[in-house]
Amino acid sequence: MSGKMILGQTAEIPGPKKALILPSAEVAATMIKKAKRPLLVVGSEATKITTKDGDLVDSAIRVMKGHKIAVVATAHLAGEFRKRKADGVFSMPLMNLGDRLRDTKWTGLDGKGRYDLAVFVGLPYYLEWLVLSGLKNFAGDLKTISLDRTYQPNAGWSMGLIVEKEWKEVMDKIVSSLGEAS
Amino acid sequence: MPRRDLRLKVDEFSSSLGKLKGLEIEIGKIYAEDWDEPMGPTPWPTIGTLREWDRRLLKRYKPFYMPFCDLCCLCTFGKCDLTGDKKGACGLNMAAQQSRIVLIAACIGASTHTAHARHMLDHLIEEYGRDIPLDVALNTNVEAPNIRLVCGIRPKTLKDLEDALDYVETQIVQLVAATHTGQEGDNIDFESKAFHAGMLDHVAMEVADISQISTLGLPKGEPETSLTDLGYGAIDASKPVIMCIGHNVLPSVDIIDYLMGNDLFGQIEVGGLCCTAHDMSRYDKRAKIIGPISWQLRFIRAGIPDLIVVDEQCIRTDVLQEAKAIGVPVIATSEKSCLGLQDRTGDDPEKIVEDLSTGKSEGVLIINPRKVGEVAVKTVINVSKQRQGKKAFLIEDISKLAKSCRACGECVRACPNNLPIVDAMKAAKEGDYSQLASLYDLCVGCGRCESACPVNLPIISMITKADEKAAIMEKYPIRVGRGAIQDVEIREVGSPIVFGEIPGVIAMVGCANYPAGGGDVARIAEEFLKRRFIVVASGCSAMNIAMTKDEEGLNLYQKYPGNFDAGGLVNVGSCVSNSHITGAAIKIANIFAKRPLRGNYEEIADYILNRVGAVGIAWGAMSQKAASIAAGCWRLGIPVVVGPHGAKYRRMLLGRKENEEDWKIFNARDGQEVYVGPAPEHLFYAAETAEEAIVMTAKLVMRPNDTNKGRAVKLSHYIDLHQRYYGSMPDDLQLYVRRLQDIPFTMRDEVTKVLQDSGWVEDRIASPDPTLLDRLVRRRQ
Repeated sequence: MSGKMILGQTAEIPGPKKALILPSAEVAATMIKKAKRPLLVVGSEATKITTKDGDLVDSAIRVMKGHKIAVVATAHLAGEFRKRKADGVFSMPLMNLGDRLRDTKWTGLDGKGRYDLAVFVGLPYYLEWLVLSGLKNFAGDLKTISLDRTYQPNAGWSMGLIVEKEWKEVMDKIVSSLGEAS
Repeated sequence: MPRRDLRLKVDEFSSSLGKLKGLEIEIGKIYAEDWDEPMGPTPWPTIGTLREWDRRLLKRYKPFYMPFCDLCCLCTFGKCDLTGDKKGACGLNMAAQQSRIVLIAACIGASTHTAHARHMLDHLIEEYGRDIPLDVALNTNVEAPNIRLVCGIRPKTLKDLEDALDYVETQIVQLVAATHTGQEGDNIDFESKAFHAGMLDHVAMEVADISQISTLGLPKGEPETSLTDLGYGAIDASKPVIMCIGHNVLPSVDIIDYLMGNDLFGQIEVGGLCCTAHDMSRYDKRAKIIGPISWQLRFIRAGIPDLIVVDEQCIRTDVLQEAKAIGVPVIATSEKSCLGLQDRTGDDPEKIVEDLSTGKSEGVLIINPRKVGEVAVKTVINVSKQRQGKKAFLIEDISKLAKSCRACGECVRACPNNLPIVDAMKAAKEGDYSQLASLYDLCVGCGRCESACPVNLPIISMITKADEKAAIMEKYPIRVGRGAIQDVEIREVGSPIVFGEIPGVIAMVGCANYPAGGGDVARIAEEFLKRRFIVVASGCSAMNIAMTKDEEGLNLYQKYPGNFDAGGLVNVGSCVSNSHITGAAIKIANIFAKRPLRGNYEEIADYILNRVGAVGIAWGAMSQKAASIAAGCWRLGIPVVVGPHGAKYRRMLLGRKENEEDWKIFNARDGQEVYVGPAPEHLFYAAETAEEAIVMTAKLVMRPNDTNKGRAVKLSHYIDLHQRYYGSMPDDLQLYVRRLQDIPFTMRDEVTKVLQDSGWVEDRIASPDPTLLDRLVRRRQ
């Protein structure tokens, strides 16, 4: 990915601590698979973003089938998952989720313990930027990844700004890796 | 606030020096000799007086900070990197710095309304005298609920309002001082001070609006004010057009007066943008409302105005350049916004008119509103003659322009909503303008795309031009802002609101920084109107509500009445009219529940928090004023929902519904501390989508005081909306159903199943006489 990226040239840079660029789809998938309690946060823009699966909701549903990462839909997106018969998705408003992700005592959406990695995709750019800022500053032990096609400087790791075609390829590799049965 | 007022009355006094009889000495001003309500505990509160109340709220609604910048650059120690657990050179940490910025924003907002109010009041006193009585609303005794509550005075004349403003100004100085390097260091104390700024803001807004209502003949709370026109189509561009932008109506009033005095009203069009437009139409319904703040660039670029008059707040600071581009002069009218123009206040009006008409001056600053009226009218007549045939977009063929687009995408990245401008340009190159036209309703009109464009494409103009035919035809009826809510209306609805049978009062307020166009505001409003909530609107939101029509061509102002009752759509007016919204909540506590008002802030706020299902929605909140207005609502216990851009205020105030300890309050009947469930769940909340905002708002109207019937009504809306937008039952019903009678009758089976699955136990959630204030407990067990 790194060869074609424009490293955050037009992102809104918050300060000295900025996201590292994910070097490859494999690294991203491995980071997620190695996490003890990872969470995939899928935002309201997901139905507008096309992927090789159809859209990001379809891709998230394929991820759910691998049972390697819990999936939570923000805003009213859970309704879209349910329409597509993916009832196992969690639902929580983004503000509530951000607030809880920084809380070391929160036991997660399933009550089984705190998440150690939060992966974000499909949110409005500025909203994801802000919530990641909250987590960067107030949940230092939580790892964060942004899989969106733009550089998210407040994440721990970000895709960076890449062309759509390449992003779809990368996402497909990540989704395939996570979606396959263990 | 320590008052210097003193009254000493001695009926009879004897001493070795002699006898005194009937001595009476007064220093300063004495209020309310005929106001028999005793003074409450907190008149003229200082920045620390209500700290304990704030801390109670903030213990439940904890700040979630989302820093917009990791650095502090406010002093020369810095820049200091505060990321994570670092501290600045002054010792401040990130949480405190964020709350400090929140306070600064709230101070800017409150100062802006206060300066507006001061200008308004000083001018009106100069014009009409200090002893003009306050005549705010029909059938109303509580003329100034915010002032009565906060200051503990009952203002009767304009001069009484001066004291309220003196107080506000003094307090704002204290608040700004608290933000200095090496002052306040605790984030919760910063938050408390931000609440204080918000409370002051509502006092200042009230001063501004009730003074103009009392003197300028604005509507006095009449529910059915006239309908006036909004939109480009409301303006007859064949006539000379004066365009007034801003929030302070005084210069516009004198323009209207001059037109009327010289029998010119039918010959010249006067239209306003932003809140000035509301207040112009309140002054004379023949004045046109062009549109919300986001239309400034569009309307100027369309070449329609022949003269631009700016007063204050939310005006584009590059208005002079934009006006110059279409050959139109500008008159600035406020010392707060001089725009680099020469002050011509003292000059002969004829000479100013000549300089503006001939282009010798591209603009002038005139501080005297009366002179603005004369100069504006005479100038626009001259300028419009020169602009005959030039009232059009000054851009070339869209396709030709689009061909220079490099598709670099910088415009998309600069756009606050990441609108697909590049795709639209690609289509426009081929002569298909439909995609550009489709951006018209979604664009917030900020112009950042143009600044980012490396080939300087006039993107806003291209979008507007692409949709020109539809835009020029735009014309919508809007009910003129009515001002205050009458006491008699409060008496009618007090009981059904407090017991929950009117499911809630939804205030649609704020600016036009929408994530997906203004249509969402009308959609949200209609969702609640259909369900017989009371919907109150102001400012740009009140305008955007007008701009959506149904299949029959009707908008919400034509479909719903203007009274403050179930299913009513109440346009209170401009930004400063927001004080009437908090005022209505205060009056419910005072008039319906007979809670003492005078200097009794905590008790009234406690009442509102626990009983009045009011929620503010600022879907396009943009400004610092919106921040301070919201802060005034928080302190009063009114939750505020903002659109996704509102997250840029950089902190939310969020409850944690699963933490039972956070939702325990006193039962005023016996002093027992009881669990009442998370109602309302949040105090400040950014929703990602309009659908999320609708569902969350339906939940936030629940209050511990709801009767079974009231809670059932509220739950029925919450469940129905959740099912519609989320495709499922809510997952937190067990926190809101207190007993079986709370369950909506038509949903009994479904809800009962959900409750059984969640381990719900009847009456675990109490229905007390709710209060957070220990001192309001009447009897202790």
